[in-house]
Amino acid sequence: MRFEVNGEPVEFEPQPGQVLRTMLRELGHYEVKKGCDSGDCGACNVLLDGGAVNSCILPAHRLEGRAVTTASGIGMPGRLAPIQERFVAAGGFQCGFCTPGMVVTTSTFGPEELAELPQAIKGNLCRCTGYRSIGDAVSGVRNVAAPGIGNGDPAYGRPLAAPAAERIVSGQEPYTLDEDPPEGMLHLAVLGSPHAHARVVYFDASRALALPGVRAVLSADDSPSVRFSSSRHESREDDPDDTLVIDRVMRFRGQRVAAVVAESRKIAEQACALLEVGYELIPAVYDPEEARADGAPLLHPERTPAERVDDAAHNTVVRIEQLAGEVDGALASAARRYSGTFRTHRVTHLALETHAARGWIDAEGRYVLRSSTQVPFLTRAELAHVFGLDNDRLRVLTGRVGGGFGGKQEMVTEDLVLLAMLKTGAPVEYEWTRTDTMTIGPSRHPMRLDVTVAADEDGRFTALDLDVLADAGAYGGHTRGVLFHAIGESIAIYRWGAKRVHVEGVYTNNPPSGAFRGYGLGQVIFAIESAIDELARQLGLPPTELRRRNMITAEDTFGGAADDDLEIGSYGLDQCLDWVEARLAESADPSWRPRGLPLTTVERPAGPGWSEGTGLAIAMIATMPPRGHFADASVALHPDGRYVVSVGTSEFGNGTTTAHMQFAATALHTDAAHIVIRQSDTDVTGYDTGAFGSAGSVVAGMAVHSAATGLRERLIAGGAELLGVPAAECRLDAEGVRAGERRVGFPELVAALAPRSGRVAQRSSHDGTPRSVAFNVQGFRVAVHRETGEVRILQSVHAADAGTVINPEQLRGQLEGGTAQAIGSVLYENLIIRDGIVETPIMRQYHIPQYADVPYTEVFFADTYDRIGPRGAKSMSEAPYNPVAPALANAVRDAIGVRPHATPLTRDVVWALAAGATA
Amino acid sequence: MDLAQVTSVRMPRSRAELALAPGERFLGGGTWMYSVPPDPGVTGLVDLTAMGWKPYTLRDDDTLRIAATCTWEQLITMPEELAGDALPFFRWAARGLLASAKVWRVATVGGNLALAFPAGLMNLVAMSYGGSCLVWRADGSKRRVPAQDFVTAVMTTVLGPGEVLRAIELPRASLAHPVAYRTWAISPLGRTAGLASGRLRPDGRLRIVLAGATTRPYLFAFDGIPAASELAARIDAVDTWFGDPHGSLEWRRMMTYRAAEEIRVELSGREGRA
Repeated sequence: MRFEVNGEPVEFEPQPGQVLRTMLRELGHYEVKKGCDSGDCGACNVLLDGGAVNSCILPAHRLEGRAVTTASGIGMPGRLAPIQERFVAAGGFQCGFCTPGMVVTTSTFGPEELAELPQAIKGNLCRCTGYRSIGDAVSGVRNVAAPGIGNGDPAYGRPLAAPAAERIVSGQEPYTLDEDPPEGMLHLAVLGSPHAHARVVYFDASRALALPGVRAVLSADDSPSVRFSSSRHESREDDPDDTLVIDRVMRFRGQRVAAVVAESRKIAEQACALLEVGYELIPAVYDPEEARADGAPLLHPERTPAERVDDAAHNTVVRIEQLAGEVDGALASAARRYSGTFRTHRVTHLALETHAARGWIDAEGRYVLRSSTQVPFLTRAELAHVFGLDNDRLRVLTGRVGGGFGGKQEMVTEDLVLLAMLKTGAPVEYEWTRTDTMTIGPSRHPMRLDVTVAADEDGRFTALDLDVLADAGAYGGHTRGVLFHAIGESIAIYRWGAKRVHVEGVYTNNPPSGAFRGYGLGQVIFAIESAIDELARQLGLPPTELRRRNMITAEDTFGGAADDDLEIGSYGLDQCLDWVEARLAESADPSWRPRGLPLTTVERPAGPGWSEGTGLAIAMIATMPPRGHFADASVALHPDGRYVVSVGTSEFGNGTTTAHMQFAATALHTDAAHIVIRQSDTDVTGYDTGAFGSAGSVVAGMAVHSAATGLRERLIAGGAELLGVPAAECRLDAEGVRAGERRVGFPELVAALAPRSGRVAQRSSHDGTPRSVAFNVQGFRVAVHRETGEVRILQSVHAADAGTVINPEQLRGQLEGGTAQAIGSVLYENLIIRDGIVETPIMRQYHIPQYADVPYTEVFFADTYDRIGPRGAKSMSEAPYNPVAPALANAVRDAIGVRPHATPLTRDVVWALAAGATA
Repeated sequence: MDLAQVTSVRMPRSRAELALAPGERFLGGGTWMYSVPPDPGVTGLVDLTAMGWKPYTLRDDDTLRIAATCTWEQLITMPEELAGDALPFFRWAARGLLASAKVWRVATVGGNLALAFPAGLMNLVAMSYGGSCLVWRADGSKRRVPAQDFVTAVMTTVLGPGEVLRAIELPRASLAHPVAYRTWAISPLGRTAGLASGRLRPDGRLRIVLAGATTRPYLFAFDGIPAASELAARIDAVDTWFGDPHGSLEWRRMMTYRAAEEIRVELSGREGRA
């Protein structure tokens, strides 16, 4: 079959049943991404004879004589097309995985499409940005500083573009699988369990093995016997050892029964259908309340507290009790009290790049894994542990990662790839489908929260009583960490008086829960901020005032309530709350008009069916994860004046690469264009715990900052010696070291300081302690249509205290994106699991926000300087998610007069709430 | 997505080549077939788009024949002299799809009808206009099925083994009649959870179609504009309501009453001007 791609003639015979997307990737067009593989997200978009199509659902057999244009055909770095220039200028991406498709589709937009952008762009989904910057790109707004115009200003604090920007908009930035496969690479496919709880009692692979092209079948017989957790933390002893690479007991639907390794993915999948498996069914339990009761079916009866399973006889992974003061007495004598039971539902990360890993054996015989992970170093360590290998037999690296949100703080593909490589001696790839991410990947812990808050007549809190039950799913990874964190900053933000907290995380036969943006805080904050809202109503106090009377102040200490190294390194909560309050007061004016995303309008509805309401919520989060988070970094000067920064942390849209570039450029008095970042590779730097707990900009950032300042001192000292003047008279600039009129250039400096290596390198590290806290306040004004349940967000305001601002455009993007993701969680998204079966396993059934769904969010940065963080900065990536759900629930409550006790607040739910109120 | 179990694709050029071998299925645009893992038994595809059917033709009997392989894009860009006043309705139906314009370029209206989803937009259009479905039978003969009888349940139609939906035929006269329509969903442009339409004939008769909230579509015909209570009474008799992740049963039912009443009121205003 003959057709054209980007003007080049191509001859290719597709497989029967093949789609255009995979055909283009086989031809090396890695700019064509897989987000959903079902025509819903747009990441694979190409032009077919000039019209945009989803290449993932376009039958390849129809391509004869057609012409395909990809993002790279539209323009390449150095010669970008106008639409690509606009995405760069607007900063219209974060992880960038959706961007090539976004560019392709928006390149076709004319006046008709721009006139109704939400409709025209509805088939292109972005999980990171919240769409404002994409709307800016489409309408030609510049948000990032033009490159090369530094005017001598430090890079720190300026809205610099991501260094990868030009490659991202042209599809040239390589993500996990966007490189030519190694010679002879095999593909792995997994047979998932059809049962939620069963024992594999019969297994026959002979028919599968007989299929031509099948190279190996992996089953429990091949699995190492070392138990581990797919969840990764600095200490492997944070998580329960309850998982095997391939187990004989199936504890959730979709769990690995076996894997086929074959010459193509198609053959591997076909062979999976030929595996013969016999199961002995075991009674299953899906409700955590039932699961912890006596006599419930047990998931991991043999696990012990030494393996971090607190009470296996009650399916209880973790049980936490905290008590301070006389709670019962305080509750009994309280002037005001509110009790409620709240529930949060299950949501999934839906990072647009699915999990995937590709492994090969390098020239030194090491096993190399290129994976879509937030934690390459921790993955290497755990693979070494499970497979009994030395660390130096393994190398783990990432390309740019297409979104994470916590979902990639897991080792869910790499272990199988390594096992397959050990068995076959060949390179192997294992790529998850979108449905895999939704059915066997981790999701956010659903929780049931009973909360009672009590206050005296003046509105001073006298007691908190909190009982939490979380569904861990079938494996306990992250459940301990999530639940410890859940009751940390969420509670410590207030002075409570007496306090009692009881928390349990319980195994069920549902798919495993895991790390999700906010890491447990959001669920507890939903309950507490909702309860406080009700208490304020009882007291007749504005919701802001009750919070002001009880929230911590700059003078407070955490006094050992949270982990000991937590400090208030800076305090901007008061500024944030004041600003949100003022914004919401402004919009109370009947003449106030809402603002939507670029090229949209939002009507402020009036009429009998509609009610308006406002709500807000506050949140605090530690700037780094507890109990150690380590980062090594080095900065090396090359003779041409380039500085190469080597860091371990991965880039997945969090913007750490830009931040690190800014730290280095500022410390080294050079232009950001002279900074090159090498990252997320166990070969590149000594160690990095990983990109989670919002640590990338602060922990690794601190290491980069201190390596860069150390290097600066060395260069100045070396230059001073060469110039024969005191160091105090010298300064470093973009050309070299200068003392008055005299200077020594970089080639000379490098030759003198590093004659053998040819580069002057400085290393540094940071150990993630002490830790500071950051604050977020979200406010909403909503209009609720009581007759249909529609919740229309008229105003969304988000204030953040992130310390000094490293990059205002990037920070704004994090706040908007976090807010949008949380709005999706509340208004639209619901990963429904019934009897262990995911009922929403494709994107068409799990609605993440599209352009039409997201409001314009006005943001505010508190003016603070953190004494702990690098150059006064604090992290801000998980945090904006956390106050959104209760703020929205409080606004709906205000509008309809009925308290929502559960998420989501989809239209059918809100309608039922409102109807119940009026019935 | 690649269909791993598919081992053959045929491009038929004549009706004789439409006979299905074991394991074969007809393929329309493919935007559905390639978007979900297919039944494991499907090993071959017969691509109807290879038949080269004209997307739309005006027939001697004054019906507008829309080929099953007509894409949504072709439908909504049809010349006005063919579609008459129906174009806005067609465009509204396309926008009611969760799928974007990129899918409209490939997806076919016949595929939409034959998949028989509760919120089938093409079915609603066909039923509203009193259309019929032209079915090619496996033995070489053909039959016509009134649109309201074509879909019998969720993902179930009257099509028997080897039968192909060839076209949807709409009486031209009806395309000039005033219509009103509503869809609703959990999100502003999300997957449709219910839909309703109405067509007012010049003789005052009203035809209301409800779908999406029920496992099959409903057609209610009235001799004139009914009273609100009369319309509601007809809906009261509906017994195939359902709920799913796109909306609860109760909400969908309520929205259906609401939409039907809005349509009744809207078309009442058109009475006499029809």
